[in-house]
Amino acid sequence: MATETEIIDLQKIRSDFPILSREVNGKPLVYFDNGASSQKPKQVIDVISHYYEYEHSNIHRGIHTLSQEATNAYEDARKTLQHFINAKHDHEIIFTAGTTGSINLVASSFSKKYLKEGDEIIISTMEHHSNIVPWQMICEEKGAILKVVPINDEGEFLMEEFKDLLSEKTKLVAVTHVSNTLGTINPVKEIIEKSHANGALVLIDGAQSVPHTKVDVQELDCDFYVFSGHKMCGPTGVGILYGKEDILNELPPYQGGGDMIKTVTFEKTTYNSLPHKLEAGTPNIAGGIGLAAAAKYMNEIGIDKIEAYEHELLTYATQQIKQIDGVRIIGEAENKASVLSFLVDGTHPSDIGMIVDKLGVAIRTGHHCTEPLMNRFNIPGTARASFAFYNTIEEIDIFITALKRAIKMLL
Amino acid sequence: MKIKEAQNEIIEEFALFDEWMDKYEHIIELGKDLPIIDDKNKVAENLIKGCQSRVWLHAELVNKKIIYSADSDAIITKGIIALVIRVFSNNTPKDIAQSELFFIDQIGLQEHLSPSRSNGLLSMVKQIKMYSIAFQVKA
Repeated sequence: MATETEIIDLQKIRSDFPILSREVNGKPLVYFDNGASSQKPKQVIDVISHYYEYEHSNIHRGIHTLSQEATNAYEDARKTLQHFINAKHDHEIIFTAGTTGSINLVASSFSKKYLKEGDEIIISTMEHHSNIVPWQMICEEKGAILKVVPINDEGEFLMEEFKDLLSEKTKLVAVTHVSNTLGTINPVKEIIEKSHANGALVLIDGAQSVPHTKVDVQELDCDFYVFSGHKMCGPTGVGILYGKEDILNELPPYQGGGDMIKTVTFEKTTYNSLPHKLEAGTPNIAGGIGLAAAAKYMNEIGIDKIEAYEHELLTYATQQIKQIDGVRIIGEAENKASVLSFLVDGTHPSDIGMIVDKLGVAIRTGHHCTEPLMNRFNIPGTARASFAFYNTIEEIDIFITALKRAIKMLL
Repeated sequence: MKIKEAQNEIIEEFALFDEWMDKYEHIIELGKDLPIIDDKNKVAENLIKGCQSRVWLHAELVNKKIIYSADSDAIITKGIIALVIRVFSNNTPKDIAQSELFFIDQIGLQEHLSPSRSNGLLSMVKQIKMYSIAFQVKA
Protein backbone atom coordinates (compact mmCIF):
# COMPACT_ATOMS: atom_id res chain seq x y z
CA MET A 1 0.00 0.00 0.00
CA ALA A 2 1.28 3.48 -0.85
CA THR A 3 1.72 5.78 2.11
CA GLU A 4 -0.59 8.71 2.63
CA THR A 5 2.02 11.34 1.84
CA GLU A 6 2.65 9.87 -1.58
CA ILE A 7 -0.88 10.64 -2.67
CA ILE A 8 -1.81 13.88 -0.91
CA ASP A 9 -0.18 16.37 1.45
CA LEU A 10 -2.14 15.33 4.48
CA GLN A 11 -0.50 17.66 6.96
CA LYS A 12 -1.25 20.68 4.82
CA ILE A 13 -4.80 19.52 4.15
CA ARG A 14 -5.59 18.89 7.80
CA SER A 15 -4.31 22.34 8.73
CA ASP A 16 -6.88 23.80 6.30
CA PHE A 17 -9.76 22.44 8.43
CA PRO A 18 -9.92 24.36 11.75
CA ILE A 19 -12.45 21.98 13.30
CA LEU A 20 -10.12 19.00 13.01
CA SER A 21 -7.93 20.38 15.77
CA ARG A 22 -10.70 20.51 18.37
CA GLU A 23 -11.41 18.00 21.07
CA VAL A 24 -14.64 16.15 21.77
CA ASN A 25 -15.31 14.68 25.22
CA GLY A 26 -11.68 15.39 26.10
CA LYS A 27 -10.33 13.42 23.13
CA PRO A 28 -9.04 14.60 19.76
CA LEU A 29 -11.94 14.62 17.30
CA VAL A 30 -12.02 11.76 14.84
CA TYR A 31 -14.68 12.76 12.34
CA PHE A 32 -16.05 9.79 10.43
CA ASP A 33 -19.51 11.18 9.65
CA ASN A 34 -18.56 12.65 6.29
CA GLY A 35 -21.41 10.88 4.53
CA ALA A 36 -23.81 13.06 6.51
CA SER A 37 -21.81 16.27 6.04
CA SER A 38 -18.18 17.10 5.43
CA GLN A 39 -16.15 19.65 7.35
CA LYS A 40 -15.16 23.00 5.83
CA PRO A 41 -11.69 24.28 4.98
CA LYS A 42 -10.58 27.84 5.78
CA GLN A 43 -10.61 28.57 2.06
CA VAL A 44 -14.39 28.14 2.02
CA ILE A 45 -15.08 29.80 5.38
CA ASP A 46 -12.95 32.82 4.38
CA VAL A 47 -14.72 33.27 1.06
CA ILE A 48 -18.10 33.33 2.81
CA SER A 49 -16.90 35.79 5.47
CA HIS A 50 -15.30 37.98 2.83
CA TYR A 51 -18.50 38.00 0.84
CA TYR A 52 -20.55 39.23 3.79
CA GLU A 53 -17.87 41.68 4.92
CA TYR A 54 -17.11 43.31 1.55
CA GLU A 55 -19.33 42.18 -1.30
CA HIS A 56 -22.85 41.52 -0.15
CA SER A 57 -25.80 43.01 -1.97
CA ASN A 58 -28.81 41.55 -3.72
CA ILE A 59 -27.92 40.23 -7.15
CA HIS A 60 -29.35 40.71 -10.65
CA ARG A 61 -31.02 43.98 -11.73
CA GLY A 62 -29.08 46.12 -9.26
CA ILE A 63 -27.76 49.36 -10.73
CA HIS A 64 -25.09 49.99 -8.13
CA THR A 65 -21.54 48.70 -7.95
CA LEU A 66 -22.01 46.31 -5.05
CA SER A 67 -24.89 44.60 -6.79
CA GLN A 68 -22.80 44.27 -9.93
CA GLU A 69 -19.94 42.77 -7.96
CA ALA A 70 -22.16 40.33 -6.08
CA THR A 71 -23.88 39.33 -9.33
CA ASN A 72 -20.52 38.71 -10.97
CA ALA A 73 -19.33 36.64 -8.02
CA TYR A 74 -22.51 34.54 -8.07
CA GLU A 75 -22.46 34.01 -11.83
CA ASP A 76 -18.74 33.17 -11.68
CA ALA A 77 -19.62 30.56 -9.08
CA ARG A 78 -22.10 29.07 -11.52
CA LYS A 79 -19.34 28.84 -14.15
CA THR A 80 -16.97 27.19 -11.66
CA LEU A 81 -19.62 24.55 -10.93
CA GLN A 82 -20.30 24.14 -14.64
CA HIS A 83 -16.64 23.22 -15.16
CA PHE A 84 -16.56 21.14 -12.01
CA ILE A 85 -19.00 18.62 -13.50
CA ASN A 86 -18.21 19.51 -17.14
CA ALA A 87 -21.64 20.78 -18.10
CA LYS A 88 -21.91 22.19 -21.61
CA HIS A 89 -23.45 25.53 -20.58
CA ASP A 90 -23.44 27.57 -17.39
CA HIS A 91 -27.22 28.01 -17.59
CA GLU A 92 -27.57 24.25 -17.19
CA ILE A 93 -26.46 24.79 -13.57
CA ILE A 94 -29.42 25.64 -11.33
CA PHE A 95 -28.73 26.66 -7.75
CA THR A 96 -31.05 24.94 -5.26
CA ALA A 97 -31.11 24.38 -1.51
CA GLY A 98 -29.44 20.98 -1.89
CA THR A 99 -29.97 17.51 -3.31
CA THR A 100 -33.45 17.26 -1.76
CA GLY A 101 -34.41 20.63 -3.23
CA SER A 102 -33.11 19.61 -6.65
CA ILE A 103 -35.02 16.33 -6.71
CA ASN A 104 -38.23 18.00 -5.57
CA LEU A 105 -37.84 20.61 -8.31
CA VAL A 106 -37.49 17.95 -11.01
CA ALA A 107 -40.25 15.78 -9.55
CA SER A 108 -42.68 18.68 -9.44
CA SER A 109 -41.87 20.34 -12.77
CA PHE A 110 -41.32 17.12 -14.71
CA SER A 111 -44.59 15.58 -13.55
CA LYS A 112 -46.57 18.72 -14.35
CA LYS A 113 -45.53 18.50 -17.98
CA TYR A 114 -44.88 14.85 -18.70
CA LEU A 115 -46.41 12.46 -16.19
CA LYS A 116 -49.85 10.95 -16.63
CA GLU A 117 -51.86 8.11 -15.18
CA GLY A 118 -50.30 4.69 -15.70
CA ASP A 119 -46.80 6.06 -16.44
CA GLU A 120 -43.90 4.56 -14.52
CA ILE A 121 -40.90 5.90 -12.64
CA ILE A 122 -38.06 3.57 -11.68
CA ILE A 123 -35.83 3.95 -8.62
CA SER A 124 -33.60 1.44 -6.81
CA THR A 125 -33.82 -0.27 -3.42
CA MET A 126 -30.81 1.65 -2.11
CA GLU A 127 -32.21 5.16 -2.59
CA HIS A 128 -32.13 7.79 0.13
CA HIS A 129 -35.60 8.87 1.29
CA SER A 130 -35.09 12.10 -0.66
CA ASN A 131 -34.94 10.08 -3.88
CA ILE A 132 -38.00 8.02 -2.92
CA VAL A 133 -40.57 10.28 -1.30
CA PRO A 134 -40.75 13.07 -3.95
CA TRP A 135 -41.43 10.40 -6.61
CA GLN A 136 -44.00 8.68 -4.42
CA MET A 137 -45.76 12.00 -3.92
CA ILE A 138 -46.02 12.81 -7.62
CA CYS A 139 -46.95 9.22 -8.52
CA GLU A 140 -49.80 9.42 -6.04
CA GLU A 141 -50.90 12.75 -7.42
CA LYS A 142 -50.82 11.63 -11.06
CA GLY A 143 -51.81 7.98 -10.68
CA ALA A 144 -48.38 6.91 -11.92
CA ILE A 145 -46.51 3.83 -10.67
CA LEU A 146 -43.21 3.65 -8.82
CA LYS A 147 -41.09 0.60 -9.68
CA VAL A 148 -38.08 -0.48 -7.63
CA VAL A 149 -34.93 -2.21 -8.89
CA PRO A 150 -33.81 -4.91 -6.43
CA ILE A 151 -30.25 -5.39 -5.16
CA ASN A 152 -28.23 -8.49 -4.28
CA ASP A 153 -26.92 -9.42 -0.82
CA GLU A 154 -23.67 -7.54 -1.49
CA GLY A 155 -25.71 -4.40 -2.07
CA GLU A 156 -25.29 -4.24 -5.83
CA PHE A 157 -27.80 -2.93 -8.38
CA LEU A 158 -29.31 -5.78 -10.41
CA MET A 159 -29.01 -4.75 -14.05
CA GLU A 160 -30.99 -7.63 -15.55
CA GLU A 161 -33.94 -6.96 -13.25
CA PHE A 162 -33.68 -3.28 -14.14
CA LYS A 163 -33.85 -4.09 -17.86
CA ASP A 164 -36.96 -6.16 -17.20
CA LEU A 165 -38.63 -3.22 -15.45
CA LEU A 166 -37.97 -0.80 -18.31
CA SER A 167 -40.88 -0.44 -20.68
CA GLU A 168 -42.54 2.12 -22.92
CA LYS A 169 -44.39 3.26 -19.81
CA THR A 170 -41.13 4.27 -18.08
CA LYS A 171 -40.89 8.05 -18.12
CA LEU A 172 -38.02 8.59 -15.73
CA VAL A 173 -35.30 6.61 -13.93
CA ALA A 174 -33.91 8.12 -10.70
CA VAL A 175 -30.92 6.32 -9.24
CA THR A 176 -28.16 7.18 -6.81
CA HIS A 177 -24.59 7.26 -8.08
CA VAL A 178 -23.18 6.14 -4.72
CA SER A 179 -25.24 4.64 -1.88
CA ASN A 180 -24.99 6.67 1.32
CA THR A 181 -25.57 3.57 3.44
CA LEU A 182 -23.69 0.85 1.57
CA GLY A 183 -21.05 2.79 -0.35
CA THR A 184 -21.98 0.93 -3.53
CA ILE A 185 -20.92 2.75 -6.70
CA ASN A 186 -23.66 2.10 -9.22
CA PRO A 187 -23.01 1.50 -12.94
CA VAL A 188 -24.79 4.73 -13.81
CA LYS A 189 -23.43 4.99 -17.35
CA GLU A 190 -24.97 1.67 -18.26
CA ILE A 191 -28.21 2.58 -16.47
CA ILE A 192 -28.36 5.82 -18.47
CA GLU A 193 -27.69 4.06 -21.79
CA LYS A 194 -30.36 1.44 -21.16
CA SER A 195 -32.89 4.05 -20.06
CA HIS A 196 -32.26 6.27 -23.08
CA ALA A 197 -32.52 3.30 -25.43
CA ASN A 198 -35.95 2.89 -23.91
CA GLY A 199 -36.92 6.53 -24.22
CA ALA A 200 -36.78 7.36 -20.48
CA LEU A 201 -35.01 10.33 -18.93
CA VAL A 202 -32.51 9.77 -16.11
CA LEU A 203 -31.82 11.65 -12.89
CA ILE A 204 -28.66 10.73 -11.00
CA ASP A 205 -28.44 11.51 -7.27
CA GLY A 206 -24.83 12.57 -6.91
CA ALA A 207 -24.93 13.64 -3.24
CA GLN A 208 -22.44 10.94 -2.24
CA SER A 209 -20.42 10.78 -5.47
CA VAL A 210 -19.44 14.38 -6.19
CA PRO A 211 -17.42 14.66 -2.96
CA HIS A 212 -15.35 11.60 -3.83
CA THR A 213 -15.08 11.06 -7.56
CA LYS A 214 -14.75 13.04 -10.80
CA VAL A 215 -18.16 13.55 -12.41
CA ASP A 216 -18.52 14.43 -16.09
CA VAL A 217 -22.19 14.94 -16.92
CA GLN A 218 -21.56 15.09 -20.67
CA GLU A 219 -19.66 11.84 -20.63
CA LEU A 220 -22.38 10.21 -18.50
CA ASP A 221 -25.06 11.73 -20.78
CA CYS A 222 -27.50 11.94 -17.85
CA ASP A 223 -30.48 14.27 -18.17
CA PHE A 224 -30.34 15.51 -14.57
CA TYR A 225 -27.55 15.32 -12.01
CA VAL A 226 -28.14 16.61 -8.48
CA PHE A 227 -25.88 17.17 -5.50
CA SER A 228 -25.40 19.13 -2.26
CA GLY A 229 -22.75 21.64 -1.27
CA HIS A 230 -22.34 20.62 2.34
CA LYS A 231 -21.12 17.09 1.62
CA MET A 232 -18.27 18.41 -0.56
CA CYS A 233 -16.68 20.93 1.81
CA GLY A 234 -19.17 23.66 0.91
CA PRO A 235 -21.80 25.38 3.06
CA THR A 236 -25.18 23.96 4.03
CA GLY A 237 -28.34 25.15 2.31
CA VAL A 238 -27.00 25.16 -1.23
CA GLY A 239 -26.86 22.54 -3.94
CA ILE A 240 -27.02 22.02 -7.66
CA LEU A 241 -29.46 20.77 -10.21
CA TYR A 242 -27.75 20.10 -13.50
CA GLY A 243 -30.08 19.50 -16.44
CA LYS A 244 -29.57 19.33 -20.16
CA GLU A 245 -30.43 22.67 -21.73
CA ASP A 246 -33.24 21.45 -23.99
CA ILE A 247 -34.88 19.52 -21.16
CA LEU A 248 -34.67 22.37 -18.64
CA ASN A 249 -36.11 24.72 -21.26
CA GLU A 250 -39.16 22.49 -21.51
CA LEU A 251 -39.73 22.26 -17.75
CA PRO A 252 -42.38 24.57 -16.34
CA PRO A 253 -41.20 26.79 -13.44
CA TYR A 254 -41.12 25.21 -9.99
CA GLN A 255 -41.75 28.24 -7.81
CA GLY A 256 -43.06 31.64 -8.76
CA GLY A 257 -41.53 34.87 -7.52
CA GLY A 258 -38.89 37.45 -8.25
CA ASP A 259 -36.04 36.82 -10.66
CA MET A 260 -37.85 34.04 -12.55
CA ILE A 261 -40.06 36.33 -14.62
CA LYS A 262 -39.69 38.30 -17.84
CA THR A 263 -42.81 40.43 -17.47
CA VAL A 264 -45.65 40.35 -14.98
CA THR A 265 -49.14 41.70 -15.42
CA PHE A 266 -52.20 40.64 -13.49
CA GLU A 267 -53.46 38.97 -16.64
CA LYS A 268 -50.36 37.04 -17.67
CA THR A 269 -46.75 36.48 -16.62
CA THR A 270 -43.99 35.45 -18.99
CA TYR A 271 -40.98 33.63 -17.65
CA ASN A 272 -37.31 34.41 -17.68
CA SER A 273 -34.82 32.24 -19.54
CA LEU A 274 -32.52 29.65 -17.97
CA PRO A 275 -31.15 29.45 -15.35
CA HIS A 276 -33.32 32.17 -13.74
CA LYS A 277 -36.63 30.60 -14.75
CA LEU A 278 -35.97 27.89 -12.16
CA GLU A 279 -34.49 30.15 -9.47
CA ALA A 280 -37.29 32.18 -7.91
CA GLY A 281 -36.50 34.72 -5.21
CA THR A 282 -33.24 35.95 -3.74
CA PRO A 283 -30.95 32.93 -3.76
CA ASN A 284 -28.42 31.73 -1.22
CA ILE A 285 -25.75 34.01 -2.69
CA ALA A 286 -23.06 33.37 -0.07
CA GLY A 287 -23.85 29.66 -0.32
CA GLY A 288 -23.32 29.59 -4.07
CA ILE A 289 -20.05 31.49 -3.80
CA GLY A 290 -18.92 29.24 -0.93
CA LEU A 291 -19.78 26.13 -2.92
CA ALA A 292 -17.66 27.35 -5.83
CA ALA A 293 -14.77 27.90 -3.39
CA ALA A 294 -15.21 24.30 -2.22
CA ALA A 295 -15.12 23.01 -5.81
CA LYS A 296 -11.93 24.98 -6.45
CA TYR A 297 -10.40 23.66 -3.24
CA MET A 298 -11.13 20.06 -4.19
CA ASN A 299 -9.84 20.60 -7.71
CA GLU A 300 -6.58 22.00 -6.36
CA ILE A 301 -6.00 18.83 -4.35
CA GLY A 302 -7.12 16.77 -7.33
CA ILE A 303 -10.30 14.69 -7.30
CA ASP A 304 -8.43 11.68 -8.69
CA LYS A 305 -6.02 11.88 -5.77
CA ILE A 306 -8.88 12.26 -3.32
CA GLU A 307 -10.53 9.16 -4.74
CA ALA A 308 -7.33 7.10 -4.66
CA TYR A 309 -6.51 8.12 -1.10
CA GLU A 310 -10.03 7.52 0.22
CA HIS A 311 -9.96 4.10 -1.38
CA GLU A 312 -6.87 3.31 0.67
CA LEU A 313 -8.64 4.45 3.84
CA LEU A 314 -11.63 2.24 3.04
CA THR A 315 -9.46 -0.78 2.26
CA TYR A 316 -7.49 -0.38 5.47
CA ALA A 317 -10.59 0.18 7.63
CA THR A 318 -12.33 -2.81 6.05
CA GLN A 319 -9.33 -5.06 6.73
CA GLN A 320 -9.11 -3.88 10.33
CA ILE A 321 -12.79 -4.16 11.17
CA LYS A 322 -13.02 -7.64 9.67
CA GLN A 323 -10.56 -8.85 12.29
CA ILE A 324 -13.01 -8.06 15.08
CA ASP A 325 -15.17 -11.03 16.08
CA GLY A 326 -18.87 -10.65 15.44
CA VAL A 327 -18.60 -7.74 13.00
CA ARG A 328 -20.76 -7.94 9.91
CA ILE A 329 -20.24 -5.46 7.10
CA ILE A 330 -23.42 -4.29 5.37
CA GLY A 331 -22.60 -3.47 1.77
CA GLU A 332 -19.82 -5.46 0.18
CA ALA A 333 -20.11 -4.35 -3.42
CA GLU A 334 -17.10 -4.77 -5.64
CA ASN A 335 -17.12 -1.04 -6.42
CA LYS A 336 -17.37 0.95 -3.22
CA ALA A 337 -16.83 4.54 -2.10
CA SER A 338 -15.48 5.33 1.37
CA VAL A 339 -18.51 4.22 3.38
CA LEU A 340 -18.27 1.42 5.92
CA SER A 341 -21.59 0.26 7.37
CA PHE A 342 -21.52 -2.51 9.93
CA LEU A 343 -23.25 -4.36 12.74
CA VAL A 344 -21.77 -6.13 15.74
CA ASP A 345 -23.46 -9.33 16.92
CA GLY A 346 -25.29 -8.87 20.21
CA THR A 347 -25.12 -5.07 20.20
CA HIS A 348 -27.30 -2.24 18.96
CA PRO A 349 -25.70 0.33 16.59
CA SER A 350 -26.82 3.26 18.74
CA ASP A 351 -24.99 1.82 21.78
CA ILE A 352 -21.82 1.48 19.70
CA GLY A 353 -22.23 5.05 18.41
CA MET A 354 -22.72 6.50 21.91
CA ILE A 355 -19.64 4.84 23.35
CA VAL A 356 -17.23 5.62 20.52
CA ASP A 357 -18.50 9.23 20.68
CA LYS A 358 -17.35 9.32 24.31
CA LEU A 359 -13.94 8.32 22.93
CA GLY A 360 -13.95 11.21 20.45
CA VAL A 361 -15.05 9.27 17.36
CA ALA A 362 -18.05 10.61 15.43
CA ILE A 363 -19.88 7.96 13.44
CA ARG A 364 -23.53 7.76 12.40
CA THR A 365 -26.01 5.13 13.52
CA GLY A 366 -29.57 4.41 12.46
CA HIS A 367 -31.31 3.81 9.17
CA HIS A 368 -29.44 6.61 7.35
CA CYS A 369 -32.70 7.76 5.71
CA THR A 370 -32.86 4.46 3.80
CA GLU A 371 -35.57 2.53 5.63
CA PRO A 372 -36.58 0.38 2.63
CA LEU A 373 -32.92 -0.65 2.28
CA MET A 374 -32.80 -1.61 5.96
CA ASN A 375 -35.94 -3.69 5.42
CA ARG A 376 -34.23 -5.39 2.45
CA PHE A 377 -31.46 -6.55 4.79
CA ASN A 378 -33.96 -7.13 7.60
CA ILE A 379 -32.02 -4.94 10.04
CA PRO A 380 -33.14 -1.90 12.08
CA GLY A 381 -30.09 0.14 11.14
CA THR A 382 -26.32 0.10 11.00
CA ALA A 383 -23.33 1.91 12.43
CA ARG A 384 -21.59 3.78 9.64
CA ALA A 385 -18.10 5.22 9.38
CA SER A 386 -17.63 7.38 6.28
CA PHE A 387 -14.24 8.78 5.36
CA ALA A 388 -13.03 11.95 3.68
CA PHE A 389 -9.64 12.86 2.26
CA TYR A 390 -8.62 14.66 5.46
CA ASN A 391 -8.97 11.49 7.52
CA THR A 392 -5.94 9.36 8.34
CA ILE A 393 -4.86 5.77 8.88
CA GLU A 394 -4.07 6.72 12.51
CA GLU A 395 -7.66 7.88 12.98
CA ILE A 396 -8.88 4.51 11.72
CA ASP A 397 -6.68 2.86 14.34
CA ILE A 398 -8.25 5.08 17.03
CA PHE A 399 -11.72 4.17 15.76
CA ILE A 400 -10.94 0.44 15.78
CA THR A 401 -9.60 0.67 19.33
CA ALA A 402 -12.71 2.61 20.41
CA LEU A 403 -14.96 0.08 18.72
CA LYS A 404 -13.25 -2.82 20.49
CA ARG A 405 -13.68 -1.04 23.81
CA ALA A 406 -17.37 -0.41 23.09
CA ILE A 407 -17.93 -4.07 22.25
CA LYS A 408 -16.18 -5.12 25.44
CA MET A 409 -18.40 -2.85 27.50
CA LEU A 410 -21.60 -3.96 25.80
CA LEU A 411 -21.17 -7.71 25.69
CA MET B 1 -42.49 12.60 48.13
CA LYS B 2 -41.38 9.18 46.94
CA ILE B 3 -40.55 10.22 43.39
CA LYS B 4 -38.25 12.99 44.53
CA GLU B 5 -36.51 10.68 47.03
CA ALA B 6 -35.96 8.01 44.43
CA GLN B 7 -34.32 10.56 42.17
CA ASN B 8 -32.08 11.83 44.94
CA GLU B 9 -31.00 8.26 45.65
CA ILE B 10 -30.00 7.77 42.02
CA ILE B 11 -28.04 11.04 42.07
CA GLU B 12 -26.14 9.80 45.14
CA GLU B 13 -25.56 6.43 43.51
CA PHE B 14 -24.04 8.09 40.44
CA ALA B 15 -21.91 10.48 42.47
CA LEU B 16 -19.63 7.50 43.09
CA PHE B 17 -18.52 7.47 39.46
CA ASP B 18 -15.75 9.84 38.39
CA GLU B 19 -15.30 8.41 34.93
CA TRP B 20 -17.89 8.38 32.17
CA MET B 21 -16.91 4.78 31.52
CA ASP B 22 -17.87 3.61 34.98
CA LYS B 23 -21.14 5.47 34.68
CA TYR B 24 -21.92 3.85 31.35
CA GLU B 25 -20.89 0.42 32.56
CA HIS B 26 -23.33 0.82 35.42
CA ILE B 27 -26.11 1.88 33.05
CA ILE B 28 -25.36 -1.08 30.79
CA GLU B 29 -25.62 -3.41 33.80
CA LEU B 30 -28.94 -1.84 34.77
CA GLY B 31 -30.10 -2.35 31.21
CA LYS B 32 -29.15 -6.01 31.31
CA ASP B 33 -30.92 -6.45 34.66
CA LEU B 34 -34.16 -4.70 33.72
CA PRO B 35 -36.90 -7.32 33.81
CA ILE B 36 -37.96 -7.89 30.27
CA ILE B 37 -41.39 -6.58 29.45
CA ASP B 38 -44.01 -9.30 29.22
CA ASP B 39 -44.14 -10.49 25.61
CA LYS B 40 -47.89 -9.89 25.50
CA ASN B 41 -47.20 -6.21 26.19
CA LYS B 42 -44.39 -5.88 23.65
CA VAL B 43 -46.87 -4.98 20.95
CA ALA B 44 -47.18 -2.30 18.32
CA GLU B 45 -49.44 -0.05 20.39
CA ASN B 46 -46.85 0.06 23.17
CA LEU B 47 -44.01 0.85 20.78
CA ILE B 48 -42.47 4.30 20.93
CA LYS B 49 -40.49 4.46 17.74
CA GLY B 50 -37.33 6.53 17.86
CA CYS B 51 -35.03 7.09 14.93
CA GLN B 52 -32.17 5.25 16.62
CA SER B 53 -33.71 2.63 18.88
CA ARG B 54 -37.10 1.24 19.71
CA VAL B 55 -38.74 1.57 23.11
CA TRP B 56 -41.80 -0.28 24.40
CA LEU B 57 -43.74 1.05 27.38
CA HIS B 58 -46.64 -0.60 29.15
CA ALA B 59 -48.61 0.79 32.10
CA GLU B 60 -51.30 -0.70 34.32
CA LEU B 61 -53.14 0.42 37.41
CA VAL B 62 -52.70 -1.91 40.40
CA ASN B 63 -54.13 -0.90 43.78
CA LYS B 64 -54.48 2.70 42.62
CA LYS B 65 -50.79 2.84 41.67
CA ILE B 66 -49.29 2.75 38.19
CA ILE B 67 -46.92 -0.09 37.41
CA TYR B 68 -44.75 0.62 34.39
CA SER B 69 -42.77 -1.93 32.43
CA ALA B 70 -40.58 -1.18 29.44
CA ASP B 71 -37.95 -2.47 27.10
CA SER B 72 -35.60 -1.25 24.37
CA ASP B 73 -33.45 -2.91 21.74
CA ALA B 74 -30.53 -0.62 22.71
CA ILE B 75 -28.90 -1.44 26.03
CA ILE B 76 -27.86 2.08 27.11
CA THR B 77 -31.36 3.36 26.45
CA LYS B 78 -32.69 0.36 28.36
CA GLY B 79 -30.43 1.15 31.32
CA ILE B 80 -31.72 4.70 31.51
CA ILE B 81 -35.27 3.36 31.17
CA ALA B 82 -34.59 1.13 34.18
CA LEU B 83 -33.79 4.26 36.19
CA VAL B 84 -36.85 6.14 34.94
CA ILE B 85 -39.07 3.21 35.85
CA ARG B 86 -37.47 2.90 39.27
CA VAL B 87 -38.43 6.55 39.85
CA PHE B 88 -42.00 6.54 38.58
CA SER B 89 -43.36 3.02 38.90
CA ASN B 90 -45.55 2.10 41.86
CA ASN B 91 -46.74 5.64 42.52
CA THR B 92 -50.20 7.12 42.34
CA PRO B 93 -51.26 8.77 39.08
CA LYS B 94 -51.57 12.10 40.88
CA ASP B 95 -48.03 11.97 42.29
CA ILE B 96 -46.61 11.05 38.89
CA ALA B 97 -48.55 13.78 37.13
CA GLN B 98 -47.33 16.41 39.58
CA SER B 99 -43.70 15.27 39.70
CA GLU B 100 -40.69 16.72 37.98
CA LEU B 101 -37.98 14.67 36.32
CA PHE B 102 -34.61 16.12 37.35
CA PHE B 103 -32.20 13.23 37.95
CA ILE B 104 -31.21 12.68 34.29
CA ASP B 105 -29.77 16.19 34.11
CA GLN B 106 -28.12 15.86 37.49
CA ILE B 107 -26.25 12.67 36.65
CA GLY B 108 -25.02 14.15 33.38
CA LEU B 109 -27.17 12.17 30.97
CA GLN B 110 -29.19 15.09 29.61
CA GLU B 111 -27.80 14.42 26.13
CA HIS B 112 -29.97 11.30 26.06
CA LEU B 113 -33.05 13.47 26.23
CA SER B 114 -31.94 15.68 23.36
CA PRO B 115 -33.98 15.49 20.17
CA SER B 116 -30.84 14.68 18.16
CA ARG B 117 -30.55 11.36 19.97
CA SER B 118 -34.00 10.39 18.75
CA ASN B 119 -33.82 7.34 20.96
CA GLY B 120 -37.39 7.27 22.09
CA LEU B 121 -36.45 8.18 25.66
CA LEU B 122 -37.89 11.68 25.50
CA SER B 123 -41.12 10.33 24.03
CA MET B 124 -41.18 7.64 26.72
CA VAL B 125 -40.98 10.20 29.51
CA LYS B 126 -43.85 12.12 27.90
CA GLN B 127 -45.82 8.89 27.58
CA ILE B 128 -45.28 8.09 31.28
CA LYS B 129 -46.86 11.44 32.13
CA MET B 130 -49.68 10.87 29.67
CA TYR B 131 -50.55 7.58 31.37
CA SER B 132 -50.57 9.27 34.77
CA ILE B 133 -53.03 11.89 33.53
CA ALA B 134 -55.20 9.24 31.89
CA PHE B 135 -55.20 7.02 35.00
CA GLN B 136 -56.06 9.95 37.28
CA VAL B 137 -59.50 9.86 35.74
CA LYS B 138 -59.82 6.12 36.41
CA ALA B 139 -58.24 6.04 39.87
